[in-house]
Amino acid sequence: MTIREHGSQPVRIEQDVVLARQLTRKLASDCGMRLVDLTKLVTAVSELARNTVVYGGGGDMDWEVIEEAGRTGVRLVFRDEGPGIADIKLALTDGWTSGSGLGLGLTGARRLVDEFELDTAPGRGTRVMITRWI
Amino acid sequence: MERIPILQMGEFLLVTIQVDMHDQLALRLQDDLTDRIEHTSARGVLIDISALDMVDSFIGRMIATISGLSRIMDAETVLVGMQPAVAITLVELGLTLPGVSTALNVDRGMHLLRKRVGRP
Repeated sequence: MTIREHGSQPVRIEQDVVLARQLTRKLASDCGMRLVDLTKLVTAVSELARNTVVYGGGGDMDWEVIEEAGRTGVRLVFRDEGPGIADIKLALTDGWTSGSGLGLGLTGARRLVDEFELDTAPGRGTRVMITRWI
Repeated sequence: MERIPILQMGEFLLVTIQVDMHDQLALRLQDDLTDRIEHTSARGVLIDISALDMVDSFIGRMIATISGLSRIMDAETVLVGMQPAVAITLVELGLTLPGVSTALNVDRGMHLLRKRVGRP
């Protein structure tokens, strides 16, 4: 796997969620991602960035444009040092929410991308990595 | 304070969302709309999202809430102009917006609203 470009930006306040969406749109569009796939990726980013702000108490989004076996992809990592998730299985259940949302954030985001990795534990923060290939 | 404008057209209210909304802005629109329905006794609300290139679960929930609230206040809501890529994504996300009326464009949306409130 080759990393073509990479960077990081803060996801601390609500406006950062909008900026995260805009950056993702630009990255995906520059790679020539199809509109439907791009829309799915941007929507997943919106859900995960909001989780980082609301549940994680703020964090960062690392981004990479990667190449592997002749294909290009956009990979994003959302990191926070919040309370973490105690029951991962429950958190990945449609309709379950610890807050006031619809409970579609994590599960919905997972459906919208090609690769999804969740790494979390109580007191250790949360890290979600997503990839969408072109 | 940043706001999404709400236009009055006779007994209908028209909202065109043209900015990439952050969550507070979406909530403010929800509050503003219910206020305006009360003050204008509007019978219908048309929400044009043709300029929105993404609808996530938060915005989806706001749309569903506006539709439910307005119904309770005796006004119909019609959502118009959803881009195909946005519709595909919404369904995959798991949001099908039950109870929200939709139309392809503003013209058809107005037609639907007039029919709903019994205006030919």
